[in-house]
Amino acid sequence: MSRHIEREIEKLKREILALGAVVEESLHNAVSALERRDPELARQTIDGDPAIDQMEVDVEENCLKVLALHQPVARDLRLIIAILKINNDLERVGDLAVNIAERALFLATREKIEIPLDFVHMADVAKKMLKKSLDALVGEDPALAHEVCRMDDEVDAINREMYGVIQGAIRKQPERLESLIHLLSVSRHLERVGDSATNIAEDVIYMIEGVIVRHKVEKYQARDSS
Amino acid sequence: MGTAAEGRNEHGEGPVAISGEAQRPGHIRIGIEDFRDEPLSGRRPLILSRNFSVYYGTAAAVRDASFDIPEKLVTAVIGPSGCGKSTFLRAINRMNDLIPRCRVEGGLSLDGQDLYSPQVDVVALRKTVGMVFQKPNPFPKSIFDNVAYGPRIHGMSDRGRLAEIVEHSLKRAALWDEVKDRLGDNALGLSGGQQQRLCIARAIAVEPKVLLMDEPASALDPRSTARIEELIAELRGEYTIVIVTHNMQQAARVSDLTAFFYEGSLIEFGETKQIFTKPRERQTEDYITGRFG
Repeated sequence: MSRHIEREIEKLKREILALGAVVEESLHNAVSALERRDPELARQTIDGDPAIDQMEVDVEENCLKVLALHQPVARDLRLIIAILKINNDLERVGDLAVNIAERALFLATREKIEIPLDFVHMADVAKKMLKKSLDALVGEDPALAHEVCRMDDEVDAINREMYGVIQGAIRKQPERLESLIHLLSVSRHLERVGDSATNIAEDVIYMIEGVIVRHKVEKYQARDSS
Repeated sequence: MGTAAEGRNEHGEGPVAISGEAQRPGHIRIGIEDFRDEPLSGRRPLILSRNFSVYYGTAAAVRDASFDIPEKLVTAVIGPSGCGKSTFLRAINRMNDLIPRCRVEGGLSLDGQDLYSPQVDVVALRKTVGMVFQKPNPFPKSIFDNVAYGPRIHGMSDRGRLAEIVEHSLKRAALWDEVKDRLGDNALGLSGGQQQRLCIARAIAVEPKVLLMDEPASALDPRSTARIEELIAELRGEYTIVIVTHNMQQAARVSDLTAFFYEGSLIEFGETKQIFTKPRERQTEDYITGRFG
């Protein structure tokens, strides 16, 4: 039996995927701008953010519409709630891309620092997490979502590594402190992207299994020991 | 449903002892308990269904249903037409006795008493178990006589006491203010919603333990429906209410527990919030989300 709500849900899924694609591209551009020291691309990324914000507002309004008009329950309800939360996370990733683009703008005005910081790889992992979390949403695939949660450890590890590298660089060339702090921020922003992707994956797990997997004690322990 | 809320005075302040408390603006202490519903487990089971079946001839209308209905909560019974939910409800006060070739198997007990034992006095049972039907069915008598009817047939003749019972019952049914000046008027002159509340007053006038409601609001407009639902919330805690409804949002709104029947079988029984957010059974999920077909 085809239901009205099914059409609305399909539409919402398409919208959240579209938002995901735009956010992914924005993140990609921000990191490229940083690597290529390309202020034009950085500016383009920043200018693209209002469109992302608008998409987020649209998705939220459509979720509210479905909640009010169809009063979904059970799986449908969990899906709408998951989309609402994922929507927030994606918008936040858009903001992080803007933050990275702003760092790129600043760093492009300063002399290049030759230290081995592989932001492209880190961004790749974060983007992969984002993409997989959205695939898990659309394909209703909890295994994929669990995989995203595990991938977050890699991003966290890279972030810690960068912290160490940048700390060493600051000791060696304290006069470049400002630039180095900006680079540290980029690493932190990318780490946050990984966190957002993890949030999305957790929401997908909730949607499918009805189990809240956030705030698990072992996770905190793992982080505390780092 | 907040036990915490009950402890507060009208200013929202009160002696609510809370662990992990936090001070918030307005000096209302909010703790983690305020975010949790009261636990439903540990309530005394009042109605016990054990492999209970109802047959019409050879066809089973209810098949092998086993679950406990706890006292003083609202239990909703949902399911598509013909699933056996009304048959089950009517079995609780032996309304099905009137149907020829209807027989039961298994156990159904109320407060430890087997409802189908030969010792059961059906008239007394119906004093303990009141029923409200889909269509309001007041007697063609005065409002007063409708409510006084039950106590009278159970032997109450003291006029003063009857007047007290009528007033109390009409107040409990949230109808008193609307009818107190015209208790002698014919009940059929009331609106549909008022008639239904009158029927509820009539049912509670004999101080039953259980109130059965079979689609009590489906013939009413949204406003009257809302009043009946509010009334159910008020009567909860005093009576054990079992309500059959086609309106799933209504079941979700008014009940603490929900039983889902399909083709005569109890498919799932659990806390309403669990049934409507994460049902365990696929059939429940399909039914409440409208995927049935």
